[in-house]
Amino acid sequence: MRAILTAVGKDKVGIVAQISQTLADEEINILDVSQTLMADNFVMTMMVKVPDNKDLSKLNDKLTALGQKMDVEINLRNEELYSAMHDL
Amino acid sequence: MDSKQIFETSQMLSTENLDIRTITMGISLFDCIDSDSDRACQKIYDKITTKAKDLVKVGKEIETEYGIPIANKRITVTPIAFIAAASKDQDYVKYAKTLDRAAQEQGIDFIGGYSALVNKGDQQSSRNLIDSLPEALSETKYVCASVNVGSTKSGINMDAVKRIGEVVVEASKLDYMTNAKLVTFCNAVEDNPFMAGGFHGVSEPDVVINTGVSGPGVVKAALEKVKGESMDVVAETIKKTAFKITRMGQLVGTVAADRLGVPFGIVDLSLAPTVAAGDSVAEVLEEIGVGQVGAHGTTAALAMLNDAVKKGGIMACSHVGGLSGAFIPVSEDANMIDAAENGTLTISKLEAMTAVCSVGLDMIAIPGATPATTISGMIADEAAIGMINNKTTAVRVIPVPGKDVGEEVDFGGLLGHAPIMPVNEASSADLINRGGLIPAPVHSFKN
Repeated sequence: MRAILTAVGKDKVGIVAQISQTLADEEINILDVSQTLMADNFVMTMMVKVPDNKDLSKLNDKLTALGQKMDVEINLRNEELYSAMHDL
Repeated sequence: MDSKQIFETSQMLSTENLDIRTITMGISLFDCIDSDSDRACQKIYDKITTKAKDLVKVGKEIETEYGIPIANKRITVTPIAFIAAASKDQDYVKYAKTLDRAAQEQGIDFIGGYSALVNKGDQQSSRNLIDSLPEALSETKYVCASVNVGSTKSGINMDAVKRIGEVVVEASKLDYMTNAKLVTFCNAVEDNPFMAGGFHGVSEPDVVINTGVSGPGVVKAALEKVKGESMDVVAETIKKTAFKITRMGQLVGTVAADRLGVPFGIVDLSLAPTVAAGDSVAEVLEEIGVGQVGAHGTTAALAMLNDAVKKGGIMACSHVGGLSGAFIPVSEDANMIDAAENGTLTISKLEAMTAVCSVGLDMIAIPGATPATTISGMIADEAAIGMINNKTTAVRVIPVPGKDVGEEVDFGGLLGHAPIMPVNEASSADLINRGGLIPAPVHSFKN
């Protein structure tokens, strides 16, 4: 599935690098990346392609743990959610 | 996609308590009717555990894949008074226990439909079911019950109103929590995914998935950005927010129905609070501008909120249904609890509020010594508001034996806690004891 990964928190060195490494370890392809500051938050969004057989529960646990280590909140959600809520 | 939109959605889910309150599978039990009640119960158990076997699993899959919390997975069934009517049994508690066992087996949160529709009159089966309510609800954990005592089309069955007042008192003596699982309706809807009043209507498909969305925290957060603006801007902001919330409900319902291989029914566009901080409908009203919920102006703010939620939600989903409006359950809303505790929010004000939102006097703790006829009077008043205004209204009040005004009661979990609220002490007995049927209002004759 195509999914959107969001990382929200305080900016610091290595956020993109560590998330990218984790995704690479999980064989998840990054399709697009953007980052910005919003309401004093560092906000990074990545469009990714998650292999169909991937155990999403384990993947989410791994990303949550990584986020806790870096003090940012990381979420991975099916892209359909965002298009449903914002596209007519 | 725009990063700002992605961030907005992410914040709604992470910090503003946005969730899907429920995915509810409606299951018809008409094909389980049997003159032998043991056989009927076996068929009911088998059908529920077959049709809903993947409900919780699919719900969890969606939570993981979409990152959307789904607070409850529920089942509604055809009102049991219809299903049990063919049996000679006088006591329907075994049907309630069957539903309970099936719910437990499936790992769902609630099962609704231990219900009777008596808005114009009753039959032996509905009398049996109503008589069994105290025992059925006190001896089960997951079963929710409802009785429809009135409608715009048929009037109000005052005999049933009287009997339900007695049942509420009887049930409170067994276990006051039983009344948290019993709703008395006027104009009950057939596709309600919310509890305790949900049942699977007689004109519904065999099996269907309905969803109920929530999101008062999201509306509150959106309104914080338009402080001091006119009501036009407030209404527009609520509409836009409701649209997004509802789209999420539509997505989840569609995906769930597809994976379960059943049709998708409706999205119930409700703002349903929980006691969690920042998940309060009262807080939205206070953000609109009332100093505390219950102050003068509360009904106007609520009317606008309710209407704007509907307008925003209607375009966002294929079919709207259920109750669709703002809920005002006192014990489940932190700011309503505060307002009730300091006397700003009274039952009289809540009654006025129920005229402009869904659903009614909900989760209100009252003194244990409240007479049955006074509870019936409350039900009659709510039913009258529903009947005349062509809307659903309901009563879920909870007499707490041994407790009086000034004390508190804790219901636990999502049901929250509540102060015992004062009720009007003047008698309703002579009115209620008249019985009979309040005729349907003149505007119901539209043919």
